[in-house]
Amino acid sequence: MEKVIEIRNLNKSFGDLEVLKGINLDLRRGENIAVLGGSGSGKSVLIKCIVGLIKPDTGEIKVLNQNLNDLDKNQLDELRQKVGYLFQGGALYDSMTVRENLEFPVRRTQTSNNKAEVDEMVHEVLESVGLLGAIDKMPAELSGGMKKRVGLARTLILKPEIILYDEPTTGLDPVTSGEISDLILKVQEKYNTSSIIITHDMKCAKQTANLLKLIVEGKFYAEGTFEELRTSEDNKVNAYFK
Amino acid sequence: MDHSGRKSMQMNQFLTKIKISLKDFFTEVGEILLFAADTIRQFFVTPFEHKELLKQAYFIGNKTLPLITITGFIMGLVLTMQSRPVLVEFGAQSMLPGMIAISLVREIGPVLTALLCAGKISSGIGAELGAMKVTEQLDAMEVSATKPMKFVVATRVLATTLLVPVLVIYADAIGLIGTFFAVRIYDPISLTLFFNQAFDSLGFEDLIPATIKTFFFGFFIGLIGSYKGYKTSHGTESVGLSANSAVVTASLVIFIIDLLAVQITSLLFGL
Ligand SMILES: Nc1ncnc2c1ncn2[C@@H]1O[C@H](COP(=O)(O)OP(=O)(O)O)[C@@H](O)[C@H]1O
Ligand SMILES: [Mg+2]
Repeated sequence: MEKVIEIRNLNKSFGDLEVLKGINLDLRRGENIAVLGGSGSGKSVLIKCIVGLIKPDTGEIKVLNQNLNDLDKNQLDELRQKVGYLFQGGALYDSMTVRENLEFPVRRTQTSNNKAEVDEMVHEVLESVGLLGAIDKMPAELSGGMKKRVGLARTLILKPEIILYDEPTTGLDPVTSGEISDLILKVQEKYNTSSIIITHDMKCAKQTANLLKLIVEGKFYAEGTFEELRTSEDNKVNAYFK
Repeated sequence: MDHSGRKSMQMNQFLTKIKISLKDFFTEVGEILLFAADTIRQFFVTPFEHKELLKQAYFIGNKTLPLITITGFIMGLVLTMQSRPVLVEFGAQSMLPGMIAISLVREIGPVLTALLCAGKISSGIGAELGAMKVTEQLDAMEVSATKPMKFVVATRVLATTLLVPVLVIYADAIGLIGTFFAVRIYDPISLTLFFNQAFDSLGFEDLIPATIKTFFFGFFIGLIGSYKGYKTSHGTESVGLSANSAVVTASLVIFIIDLLAVQITSLLFGL
């Protein structure tokens, strides 16, 4: 299958702190990769580099066959519309209602400003995440799981080809975690996306990912399917499965 | 190590510290200037965010008007009561309205209003954008290509740039009313006579430079607040730090602009 993300020898330091040291990654169309790693190991930094929020020191990132280094601001913005990013806390705009949160990216990136059309898009994505009832609520009234769902809906409304999930189930109870994992799969089927899923939640990784990759000390240390990693002899690897 | 050796080492450490803080200072100045350039560029990118602009303008007025009203009135009152004895000594109390009007319009009104706005608006923007930064709302806008520099920053900076001058004129007016009340305590002067005396002494060379500098005050009040908010690092306590440092920096910038304005005005008008 065609590669939608290609990362070659990515390095990133903050001052003296070397966070990423030679990361390589290929994401193919239709594939879900789970990235595992201790907290502070640079998982968020990695996916922030993919959307150009953080500029790597050296290395190459190609997204949908475009090299990020070659893009100017407008081209980068155009590419960003094809890449969804679900932030850890949902990152909902807390001065806006759920409806306004969802309308915001549509109105501000697309030439179509047709009210009926936008309305329909909002309803469709909210229905996809099962939160149509919350349409006129403020973010402060939502639970953690609901915030993540709305965050996902806001990402979906731009019809991305790739979605990056930053710890989608962290901080949620097991039942809600399971629902979010189901949702990730459902979204993939319906919208035909490819994903990178950062997670500590092995249930979520097992359920959603084709391939698991483990970051240790700034590098990918091991990779494989859920079963391969689970039965690994290496303590650093199978520690995640206990 | 002998005594002079230790001393020179202390000296070296001291110099290194100064070097680092100078470097930090100039780095920050450079960053603020780049941030300003980026913001100004967004002013000219269509479509204009008139809805958000109006909303911000409303917030600014709503937050500052009561405070400016009270402070402006008291300033006029106090200034007059304190200046009067000196003028009476020279038998020049009829100059009181004109003299107070000049100091209000040229200096007290603009600087006082700007400092109040730094305290209320810069810190408010710093805290608001700081919270948006920490909860990744700004990043979320950035990655969905919705241009937060334009939607969030440019609207706020434009709103303060346009509104602070209006607030200054309002503060001047309230200050003059305070002056009138203070003068009335001693002299039975009529309102018309008072304003005639006050405005007679005001020339264009008082009004124009004083008004121009208020636009700069307004611009930097919004800009510094936004910059500090935008640069907030992680952690909730840093939101408070950003708000605080926005007030301090904005106040400092106001005094620097004021100093420059005095120099430029005296060069141009020979005042
Ligand atoms: N913008 C930044 N500036 C400085 N240090 C950062 C920045 N972002 C992340 N870091 C540091 O990089 C390391 C990895 O962070 P992160 O990728 O968020 O970890 P995680 O794997 O838990 O997501 C941490 O030590 C963090 O403090
Ligand atoms: Mg993280």
